Amino acid sequence: MERQRYSLFTLARHALTGHRGWKPAWRDAAPKERYDVIVIGGGGHGLATAYYLARNFGITNVAVIEKGWIGGGNAGRNTTIVRSNYLLPGNIPFYEHSLKLWEGLEQDLNYNAMVSQRGILNLCHSDEQRDAFERRGNAMRLQGVDADLLDPAEVRRMAPFLDFDNARFPIFGGLLQKRAGTARHDGVVWGFARGASDRGVDIIQNCEVTGFVRDAGGRVTGVETSRGKILTGKVGMAVAGNTSRVASFADLRLPIESHVLQAFVSEGLKPVIPGVITFGAGHFYISQSDKGGLVFGGDLDGYNSYAQRGNLSIVEDVCEEAMAIMPMVGRARVLRSWGGIMDMTLDGSPIIDRTPVPGLYLNGGWCYGGFKATPASGWCFAHLLARDEPHPVAASYRLDRFASGQLIDEKGAGAQANLQ
Amino acid sequence: MIISCPHCGLRDSSEFYFRGEAPTPRPDYEEGNVAFADHVYGRINPAGPQKEHWYHAAGCRSWLLVERDTRTHDFLSVTLASEQGR
Repeated sequence: MERQRYSLFTLARHALTGHRGWKPAWRDAAPKERYDVIVIGGGGHGLATAYYLARNFGITNVAVIEKGWIGGGNAGRNTTIVRSNYLLPGNIPFYEHSLKLWEGLEQDLNYNAMVSQRGILNLCHSDEQRDAFERRGNAMRLQGVDADLLDPAEVRRMAPFLDFDNARFPIFGGLLQKRAGTARHDGVVWGFARGASDRGVDIIQNCEVTGFVRDAGGRVTGVETSRGKILTGKVGMAVAGNTSRVASFADLRLPIESHVLQAFVSEGLKPVIPGVITFGAGHFYISQSDKGGLVFGGDLDGYNSYAQRGNLSIVEDVCEEAMAIMPMVGRARVLRSWGGIMDMTLDGSPIIDRTPVPGLYLNGGWCYGGFKATPASGWCFAHLLARDEPHPVAASYRLDRFASGQLIDEKGAGAQANLQ
Repeated sequence: MIISCPHCGLRDSSEFYFRGEAPTPRPDYEEGNVAFADHVYGRINPAGPQKEHWYHAAGCRSWLLVERDTRTHDFLSVTLASEQGR
């Protein structure tokens, strides 16, 4: 397929001909008999992996296989926040690498992913929480990441509509990362799909994995799918939400639980919220999309689920949290809500590693932070698949850290998935 | 979700605390770190019926051993964990 470059000039040219000349952005391929690498999962992570396999390593005989349509899972069910405001050394370099990739992504992909660096403001509501934020901000700055600790007056200048003198949750200040922001979830998926497809990657939709093909030594040599057997040298799983299910085809038992997380969007409003704002006394985050809808979410429902829908008690909880920090949103009507299935690991951090099964590689356990990680996840997983060794910034995301005790527990919540 | 507590009858799930997939039996000390890591961190995480523990925190304060379908949230059985020996 001929590569089309997007620019102001192509837009103007197509505008003059009534926009009838646009070609599909990527090829919808049928499976071949054999590939060098198969990536399971046509979400952001899987497509980014295929893109960077081709771009960084020249490996183009690659298939991305997807059980539904690309971007129809968690890539289309998140709250589109990108940030790198982490605390622990195992996490900061990885997420900062991701944020740097976000910053150059649109030029690299020649695709508008609507990356909007309007900042993320984490609010604190006690002296102790301000101390913890100061520590996190310092950890970020030690790793070369931007962080600013704001006092209440500075927060008030940014977001005068907050309930500063709330009786239970007064606002003591905030930790601001100015380079954080949001991106357009389906733009990201389509941008990576187009970039991968242009370089020869086959994107195969409606192709569900039902098992692995293994040789006498136990090595994975292919996948069984709803569209037949496909052979390959290496298989990478990027199926967060369903990692345990796919891994069970290779008899793997992983430190992952699937949980449902709900998210919400309001009717479209005029610009009211400057960036992403989070509530520190509970778990609530809100931003405003370019279309005007308030996009927000809170905690997991708290029980294992593959149902992609949650319960009303969390709807009530999230709305109460919204009212506790910004009462002005109380008059906005909720337009839609949805649930996505989170791959919750037992320390709250992801896994990008080989598995005990030869030929099978794992990218998963993204908890509810997978969207922001999309470019770096693909970058590092491609590195692992191509070179058979971890990328330096993802070297801590080992599968065996649970046995060795080298956990990356940002929250220190213990081995309980619904608290991560 | 409504949970049928053996003591209290039909109660809203917000009264209960979810503790997670019912773990495998604690391994013998001699079995070493990998066996203990699997006991603490390993999960079957099935898409379908799952045995799990719930605690009726705002009710009779009993630990319950529940079988629930993770695809539909249907409760298939609710028993007292103490009666099941776990």
